[in-house]
Amino acid sequence: MKELNSDTILSVENLSIRYRGTPTDAVRNVSFNLGKERLGIVGESGSGKSTVGRALLKLLPTAEIKADCMQFRDIDLLNTPEKQMLKVRGQRISMILQDPKFSLNPIQKCGPQVDEAYRNHIRCSKKEARQRTLAMLESVQIRDPERVYGLYPHEVSGGMGQRIMIAMMLLTDPDVVIADEPTSALDVTVRLQVLDILDALVRDKGIGLIMISHDLNLVRNFCDRVLIMYAGQVVEALNASEMHNARHPYTKGLLAAQPHIGGPRAPLPVLERRPEWLEDVKVV
Amino acid sequence: MKPVSIDKLRIQLGSAVILPDVSFEVNGGECFGLIGESGSGKSTVLRCMSLLFNSWSGDIRIDGTSVREMSAFERCRTFQMVFQDPYGSLHPRHSVRTTLSEPLKIHKLDNHQQRMESALTDVGLPVDFLDRYPHQLSGGQRQRVAIARALILEPDILLLDEPTSALDVSVQAEILNLLVRLREEKGFTYLIVSHDLAVVDHMCDRFAVMQGGKIVEILPREAIPDNQAAMPYAKELIAASLKYERTVE
Repeated sequence: MKELNSDTILSVENLSIRYRGTPTDAVRNVSFNLGKERLGIVGESGSGKSTVGRALLKLLPTAEIKADCMQFRDIDLLNTPEKQMLKVRGQRISMILQDPKFSLNPIQKCGPQVDEAYRNHIRCSKKEARQRTLAMLESVQIRDPERVYGLYPHEVSGGMGQRIMIAMMLLTDPDVVIADEPTSALDVTVRLQVLDILDALVRDKGIGLIMISHDLNLVRNFCDRVLIMYAGQVVEALNASEMHNARHPYTKGLLAAQPHIGGPRAPLPVLERRPEWLEDVKVV
Repeated sequence: MKPVSIDKLRIQLGSAVILPDVSFEVNGGECFGLIGESGSGKSTVLRCMSLLFNSWSGDIRIDGTSVREMSAFERCRTFQMVFQDPYGSLHPRHSVRTTLSEPLKIHKLDNHQQRMESALTDVGLPVDFLDRYPHQLSGGQRQRVAIARALILEPDILLLDEPTSALDVSVQAEILNLLVRLREEKGFTYLIVSHDLAVVDHMCDRFAVMQGGKIVEILPREAIPDNQAAMPYAKELIAASLKYERTVE
């Protein structure tokens, strides 16, 4: 077991993941440390970014996970039995998924779902849980928490649903939140609101945030550090503010391929994939 | 180059009004965008136009002819639709050859092989892709096949329903370039539905902002950078997109 220094919450070294029955690793040699900061992981679909997030919570029962080290505070995630993982998941590390339509239970009212998630981890009376939930719904800027508490998920909008998910995930005061494409399913007008709420809560509570996204702009604005993944590897690690100084041709290509408002209407530069990007790289 | 005019398009199902009143004109050879949040009715307009949804009142005319008066054959030869998700819009058990030859058979056209080859070349795919199945293609390649399928009957108008929102930015760039090139070469009229203002700005000359089934405002592309929208909702939408974008500079 590795001792982490006090600033580091999560440390991953040389993480490799292979799904059962596949010839190659879906993720290889991924290493990073997470402190009380916001870390972004970007890449195209299939680059392995979500797989990394899921592996941290050991949500991949059919995959073989190998790593030199996967240390979360005092817990060695790699060798933690499932029974103990139940206490970590949702309480100390929680996860916000892409689409609230699918991650909330459609036949249960929103409020009691949040209560249940809380009472799963913390012993308290139903009344107390309800109060905590209402307070939390208020802090994600839901104006009338009493009313929303009693609504079914189909009765709330996408932005509201995602805020309820955020409330549910932050209620147990986790140390790390993994947000897997938290706003991809939302419209631009509510996207920023939801991100601002998430951002404010994460800062206030000193939570380590891992933001998984395909959207470079978003990650650039809402993270401190960014890992760029290609074909299962981290090809570049950058401070978000230095994104424009990216050196890897893949990062540059992704940045250039985006159309910009008011940009010239010249054909967009197209990413030319090179075989050497697939070779093993070591990024510190 | 055929113009499109939509006049007082209205959908009412029982007491629920889905689209109260949508009217706009698209010039021949123009690229017109429809933008709005999910549920604002932008895709519905395209579905009405292609008669995939039939219970509407009002008038949709293409080059002066109402779409309801056209025969199904004529309609298919005049406009074609490209759907959002290439993973869902191609038949998984039909090879590219079958997908492309079906409309040719129905319309009793000649020179199948040649037409299929030229459609694939137009969208930048090699000819030997004809014998592939959708699962053997990447997302961008699938969308190219879907565009080739729309091109094969040589329509004048393409209806593009979020053509790139299921794709990565890198692939989106390829598809947008392809669409721009095709319009220059063949003089298509485009109707693009999108929720991404940057895409609309890149492609369109004019666009309509929709909310709750209504057209809030029709704006030219030039109005975007300094947000010249007059209506509050259009202003809010553009401001949100700009804010999202500005920090990138």
